[in-house]
Amino acid sequence: MNSQQLFALAPIITVAGTAIAVMLGIAVRRNFILSFSIAAIGIIASMIALGIVWRESPIQATLLLRMDAYALFYMALLLSAGLAVLGLCYDYFKAREGENEELPLLLLTALLGGAVLACSSHFASFFIGLETLSISLFVLIGYPLNQARPLEAAIKYLILSGVSSAFLLMGMAFIYAQCGELYFNDIGRYMASRQEIDVTILSAIILIVAGLGFKLSLIPFHLWTPDVYEGAPAPITAFVATVSKGAVFALLLRYFISTESYAYPPLLNTLSCIAGLSILGGNLLALLQNNVKRLLAYSSIAHMGYLMVGFIAGGSIPSAWVVESVTFYLLAYFITTIGAFGVVSVLSTPDMEADDLSEYRGLFWRRPWLAAVFTLMLLSLAGIPLTAGFIGKFYIFTDAADGGLWGLLAAVIVGSGLGLYYYLRIVIVMSMSLKATEIKPAYDWVSAVLLAVLTIALIWFGVYPNLLVDVIQSLA
Amino acid sequence: MILPMLICVLLLGGFIAFISERWSQDAPRWMGVITLIAEALFLTLPLSWAEYADGLSPVWLADFHGPWIPRFGIGFHLVMDGLSLLLITLTVLLGFMAVSSSWTEINNRQGFFFFNLLACLAGTVGVFLAVDLFLFFFFWELMIIPMYFLISIWGHEHRTYAAAKFFIFTQVSSLLMLTAIIALVLIRHDKVGSYSFDYFDLLDTTLEPEAAFWLMLGFFVAFTVKLPAVPFHTWLPDAHTQAPTGGSVILAGVMLKTGAYGLLRFVIPLFPDAAHRFAPVAMTLGVVSVLYAAIMAFAQSDLKRLIAYTSVSHMGFILLGVFSWNLFALQGSVITMLAHGISAAALFMIAGALQERLHTREMDKMGGFWTVLPGLSVLTLFFSLASLGLPGLANFIGEFLVLQGAFSVNRVLTIAAAVVLILAPVYALIVMQKAFYGPLRWSAPLPDAGRREWASLGLLVLIAVWLGLGPQAVLNISEPAVKNSIAMERG
Repeated sequence: MNSQQLFALAPIITVAGTAIAVMLGIAVRRNFILSFSIAAIGIIASMIALGIVWRESPIQATLLLRMDAYALFYMALLLSAGLAVLGLCYDYFKAREGENEELPLLLLTALLGGAVLACSSHFASFFIGLETLSISLFVLIGYPLNQARPLEAAIKYLILSGVSSAFLLMGMAFIYAQCGELYFNDIGRYMASRQEIDVTILSAIILIVAGLGFKLSLIPFHLWTPDVYEGAPAPITAFVATVSKGAVFALLLRYFISTESYAYPPLLNTLSCIAGLSILGGNLLALLQNNVKRLLAYSSIAHMGYLMVGFIAGGSIPSAWVVESVTFYLLAYFITTIGAFGVVSVLSTPDMEADDLSEYRGLFWRRPWLAAVFTLMLLSLAGIPLTAGFIGKFYIFTDAADGGLWGLLAAVIVGSGLGLYYYLRIVIVMSMSLKATEIKPAYDWVSAVLLAVLTIALIWFGVYPNLLVDVIQSLA
Repeated sequence: MILPMLICVLLLGGFIAFISERWSQDAPRWMGVITLIAEALFLTLPLSWAEYADGLSPVWLADFHGPWIPRFGIGFHLVMDGLSLLLITLTVLLGFMAVSSSWTEINNRQGFFFFNLLACLAGTVGVFLAVDLFLFFFFWELMIIPMYFLISIWGHEHRTYAAAKFFIFTQVSSLLMLTAIIALVLIRHDKVGSYSFDYFDLLDTTLEPEAAFWLMLGFFVAFTVKLPAVPFHTWLPDAHTQAPTGGSVILAGVMLKTGAYGLLRFVIPLFPDAAHRFAPVAMTLGVVSVLYAAIMAFAQSDLKRLIAYTSVSHMGFILLGVFSWNLFALQGSVITMLAHGISAAALFMIAGALQERLHTREMDKMGGFWTVLPGLSVLTLFFSLASLGLPGLANFIGEFLVLQGAFSVNRVLTIAAAVVLILAPVYALIVMQKAFYGPLRWSAPLPDAGRREWASLGLLVLIAVWLGLGPQAVLNISEPAVKNSIAMERG
C-alpha cells in the first residue's frame, strides 16, 4: 500500500479513529455530551476527508477497497444518515437512566462497517464490512438492556443475521470454487469469458442474494423486520432502516455491475419474483398494522421492492442509468425514513415508545409542526409530488418502462395505491379531534433542527432536483 | 410572467390566509376574497397582452417557458388559449362561490381550510395552463392533496372513507397516466435521441398503432376517473356528499372539468388515430354515464348525492362530445363544462345552505319549504331547470350542440343520449316535489336566503341566463382553441 492509497482511506480511518477516541474518552471520563460530541466531530471530519479524497478519485486502495465517486457518494450518504441518527439518539437517550455513552461508539463501528461495504470490491472486505455492521447493529438494537422487547428484537436479529451470513459465505465459497477469484473484477472477467450459464455460479449468486435479501428485508427474507423495527429504540430503527440497507444495496449494485451478473436471465427472473412479492406483500401486510413502527417496517419492505425494480431494469438498460435512478431513490428513502422515525423518536422516550396509532390522534392540533413534518414524510413515502419521494418514484417508473418490466410496473402501481391507504390513515388519525393527554412536552432542539433540515431537503429535492441529479449523474 | 403569477397569487394568498388566523378569526375568509380578486385582476391581463405570446400561433394568448429539470427535458412551460382562459375564469368565479359558501359553515381551523381551498384552486389553474407533461402531472397531483384535506377534516359523517376513496381512485389512475407519459417520452427518445416532456414536441411523435392505443388508454383512464364516467364514477357520490359545501363546489364545478380538459387537450391530439378507433367505446361509455347516472340520481334520497349523480350524467355528455371530435360537439362540450360548473356549484351551495339550517341532507325529512324559504325555493327551481336543460339557459346550449355534433358521427348513440331529456326533468323535479312542495314538515323557524347567499347565487343566475341567451361571446373565445385542436390532430 502506498501513501496515496493510505490517503484514500482517510475517511474510513477517521471513523475508526473516532470510535477509539470515544472509547478512550469513556475510559477517562464518562460523560454523555462529550461522547456524542466526539462522535459528531469525527463523522464531520470523515465527511470533510471524503470531500478531499473526491478530487483524487478513483483510487483502488489495494484489491479490497475501491474509492471511486460511487463509493464516496454512498459513504457520504451513510455518514450523513449516521450523523442524523446520532442527533436523534442524543435527544432520545439524554433523559435515560444508566450508561448511554457507548451508544455513539457502536454507531461509529456500524458506520465503519457500512463505509467499508460501500467501497468494497472484494469478497473479503465485503464480508468484514457486513459483519462489522451487523454485530454493531445487534448491540444497538438491544441497547436498553433491561427491557424485554429490545432484547427479544436483538436476539432475533442476531440469529437470523447469523443464518443469512452463512448463506452468504456459502455463496462466496461456490464462486471461489468455480472461478478461483474473490476480486469482483476478476469474477466479472471469468463470467464474461463463459458463454453458457454456469449453474454453480447461478446458485452461488442466488445464495448471496438470499443473504443480502435478509439485510434488505425483501420477502421471503423479511420475517425479522417488523419485530426488530418495533422492538428497537426509534432512532436505532431509523438506523437499521437506512444505513444498514443503504450500505448493503450499494454493495449489491456494485457487485452486479462489476461481475456482469446482469447477463444471467434466470437470476433476474428470481429477483423479479422477490421484488414483486416484496411490493405486494409489504403493502398488503402494512394495511393490517395499528402500530406505526410495524407499519413503517412493512412499508420499508415495499420500498425495497420498488428499489429492486429499478435494480432489475439494469438487465436491459445502461448501468449508468440504473446507478443514477436507484441512488436518487435511495437518497429520497433515507431522508424520508429518517424523518419519519425522527418524528416517532421525538414523541417517544426510552421507557415508552410512541408507536401505537392512537398516540398520534390529534397530533395536528397538539404539535402542528411535528405533524406537518410527519405528513410530508408520509406523502413522500407515498410518492406524492413536491417531495423527493415523487422524483424517486418517477425514476423507478422510467427504469421499469425503459426496461419493459410491465408486470413489475403494474405491481408498483397497485402497491402505491395500497400504500396510500395506510399512509393516509396515519394522516387522518393525526387530523382527528384532540385527545387531552400530552405525551411528552419536552423540547428537543437537536431533533427539531434535524427534522427541519430533512424537511427542507425533502422539498428542495422534490421541487428542484437538478443539483442533486447532476451530482448523482457523475457517479457512474 | 403573467401565467406563473396566476398560480403564485393563489398559493401566496393561501399561505397568508393560513398565517392570518393568528390575527383574527375573520381574516382567513377575507384573505380568500382578496386573493381571488387579485387573481381575477391578473386574469384580465393576458387578453390585453395577447400579442406577446411569441413563437406560437396566435391561438395561444400567453406563454411562459422556463427551465426546470433539463436532465429529462422537463421545462416549466405554461401556455394559455381560449379554452384555458374560460376554464380559469370559471375556476376564479367558483372560487368566490366556495369562499362565500364556507363563510359561516366553516368555524374551526379556518386558516388551514382557506389555505387548502386556495391551494386546490392553484393546482387546478396549473392543470389548465401546463403543457409540459411532467408539470401537468405535478399540478394534477397537487390539486388532489388539499382537496383530500378539505374532505377528511371538514367533511360530514363518512368523511374518512370518502376522502381515502377519492384519493386512491385518482392517485392510482394518475399513476397509469404517469406510466403512459414516461413511455411516450421514451419512445420519442428512441426516435429523436433527446428527452422532452413538452406537449408541442410530443405532438409530432409518430407511434406504432399498438403502442399508441395503450398509451392513449393510460391517459384515458386517468381522465375518465376524474371526469368521471361509468364505470369509474363510484368515488364521486361519496366524495361530493361528504365534502363541505366549499369543497363540493370546487370538486363539481372545477375539478371534474380537469378530466374533460385533459381529454380535449391531450388524449385526442396526442393519439389521434388510436382515439378515433377507440371513439365508439368512449362514446358508449359517455351515453351509459348519461343514462345510468340520471336513473341513479332519481333513486337518491340524499340531496347532495342526487346532485352528485346529475354531475356524472352531465359529464357523460362531455365524453360523448369530445370523442365526436367536430366543431359543434367540441364547442358543446366546452359550454357544457361551463354550464355544469355553474349549475352544479349552485345546487351544491343550496344543498349546503339547507344542511346548515336543517343539519340533514335527507329529502325524506324535508317538504313544504316553499312557504318558509321562498327565496331559496325559487333559486332551487331555477337551477333545477337549468340542470335539466331548459332552453334559454346555459346547459341547453351545451347539450344541444353536443347532440347536434354527435348525430353526424353516431346516430344510435346520440338518440340514446337524447333520452336523458326525459329523465333529467324527472330527477330535477323530484327535488322540488320532495323538498319544497307538499305540507311543511319542519317546525323550527328557518331563516330564508341571506344577503350573502342572494349575492352569490344571484350572480350565478345572471351568468346562467347570459350564457343561455348569448353564448356567442363565449363560443368566440373558445372557437380558435377548439379549431386549433382539430387542426393539430390533422397535421
